[in-house]
Amino acid sequence: MGQKITIEPVTRVEGHGKVTIHIDNDGNIEQTRLHIVEFRGFERFVQGRPYWEAPVVVQRLCGICPVSHHLAAAKAMDVIVGAGTGDGLTPTGEKMRRLMHYGQVFQSHSLHFFHLASPDLLFGVDGDPLTRNIIGVAMKNKDLAVQGVMMRKFGQEVIRATAGKKIHGTGAIPGGINKHLSEEDRDLLLNGDDPVNINKMIEWSRGALEFFHDYHKKNKDIIDRFVDFPSSHLSLVRKDGALDLYHGVLRAVNSEGKKILHDVDYQDYNKYIDEEVRSWSYMKFPYLKEYGMSSGWYTVGPLARMNTADFIDTPLAQKEFERFRSYTEGRINNMPMHMHWARLIEILHSAEKMKELLQDPDLLKGELVKKGNKQRTGVGLLEAPRGTLFHHYKINEFDQIVMANLIVSTTNNNQPMNLAVNQVARALMTGKKEISEGMMNAVEVAIRAYDPCLSCATHAMGQMPLEIALYDSNDKLIDTKRSI
Amino acid sequence: MCLKPSILVYGYGNPGRQDDGLGIRLAGMIEKWSVQSGYSHIVTDTNYQLNIEDAELISIYDIVIFADASIDPEGDIELTTVTPDPKTEFTMHAVSPGFVVDLCHAIYNRHPDAYLLHMKGFQWGFMETMTKEALENLDKGFNFMKAFLEQKSGKPDKGRPVKSVVL
Repeated sequence: MGQKITIEPVTRVEGHGKVTIHIDNDGNIEQTRLHIVEFRGFERFVQGRPYWEAPVVVQRLCGICPVSHHLAAAKAMDVIVGAGTGDGLTPTGEKMRRLMHYGQVFQSHSLHFFHLASPDLLFGVDGDPLTRNIIGVAMKNKDLAVQGVMMRKFGQEVIRATAGKKIHGTGAIPGGINKHLSEEDRDLLLNGDDPVNINKMIEWSRGALEFFHDYHKKNKDIIDRFVDFPSSHLSLVRKDGALDLYHGVLRAVNSEGKKILHDVDYQDYNKYIDEEVRSWSYMKFPYLKEYGMSSGWYTVGPLARMNTADFIDTPLAQKEFERFRSYTEGRINNMPMHMHWARLIEILHSAEKMKELLQDPDLLKGELVKKGNKQRTGVGLLEAPRGTLFHHYKINEFDQIVMANLIVSTTNNNQPMNLAVNQVARALMTGKKEISEGMMNAVEVAIRAYDPCLSCATHAMGQMPLEIALYDSNDKLIDTKRSI
Repeated sequence: MCLKPSILVYGYGNPGRQDDGLGIRLAGMIEKWSVQSGYSHIVTDTNYQLNIEDAELISIYDIVIFADASIDPEGDIELTTVTPDPKTEFTMHAVSPGFVVDLCHAIYNRHPDAYLLHMKGFQWGFMETMTKEALENLDKGFNFMKAFLEQKSGKPDKGRPVKSVVL
């Protein structure tokens, strides 16, 4: 009798995902699917609103990375007000936004590493879910837990200082920024009492990398071989090939390192990228048009960025980048668990960039806004913590938004996440009659490496356990299991 | 001599999702009321959702009252005691009040007395306007909280918020 296994996180309003695994009569994996119920109505919600509201309104999409949506929308509106793209702003405007963005990446990546990844590393994939969390980390390694909390807090303080508020700030406006950095905030972030200062953040970022390297040395099985499949990678890079999380040109490389998207202007993204709809998922599957869906899909996020960039323009992160690249002898790194390593390199890079910016006098003075000839359409892209984020808007003669298209990072990672689930299922569930805790955790760990954004637009109420439901070939429920 | 406890009222939720903004709205009302009443030991804060850094935030208070919208509280409003709870979720998008309290204890070896005020909500669409029924529950929550905070506070005083106030 064939079976269908469903792994489903339970949520309140929307934004939940589930995994279904179909097993044939012999216990072989027939098919796996990661379904993500992503709320797409936001693109309709902003229609009819004046364009200048978009950078503030779109932040309601997410409580974890509102700054990414805020800045992507603001970048699109820069084009609409005729200020050009990214580097066309005033020095103050661009640098304040960059500081905000690096603060966002720093806090989001720190949260992921200390809250989600480090428990998996400290306690193992099979660890007790009740201790496999940051509280367990605090019991075992209090310094690490404190660092996680304070690094997240530091990033939030940078956001407050640049955007006005920790959540849903108003800093970025069409054509620039609405304030300078205050000297008080600069001094606090640069030289504040321990641990809230940038030098401590850099020190702790390096410490987190050392923690990872130590773990990696002892656990190559899980980091190098847990999941591994060929993938193309896409991200923005600076025009000279440097890692740039705020602005650049679009580049993609295939699994062998060959450039398949050649540093193109992202205003033309829809010439190169399309999205496929599948009947079983609300989330679309983006791909490079030239290669079709079957081979044009790609990965975005920290791992992709390490694969597309030629170098990093901050010294400590560059040193780590060289170590990262030499680990695969210069070849493309297709190991999703190395996403954690890449994320840590970006934490260090963000800390270095923040220090550089905090020492820049342009943040304290200078013109805030630039405008030019109004346009009717604008595209804003940036590298959000989870990967490339696309915002595309059109306005009418009354300045109202008439079209919005968003491709969020998790959507870009739809196909690779599905493949990761499939590989884990084949490795651990083939021939099994029951779903063990470890198997369920393994699926969870594989998905979590991508840091998917499953509950955008609302905070979750109550717990969000993983639930496995086992069905026979007639879709009759024969067993269920919850992860917590 | 008696000590006045430091109190944090922490409203959370998404004000862009109709009744989900109940907690944040309540915190704003408490903020205004506590200033008018001279309750300087009562402070408020708001956020979209709870997360790990809130462990550090709550660590300096004697009493913390989380306030949130709820689908099915016992009655229109309900106050429950928050006990430390290590259960976490599949992603990092939010943690529960119990998780924040537990993490606070794990890191700082102490945690405040914590409560969660649930206010029943009804609609969760993409707009800021709350339903009439939710607004009625907001009033009930506000009146309940005033009485609760007065009971916990004793006489009003003037001055800056501090951890403990000597009367």
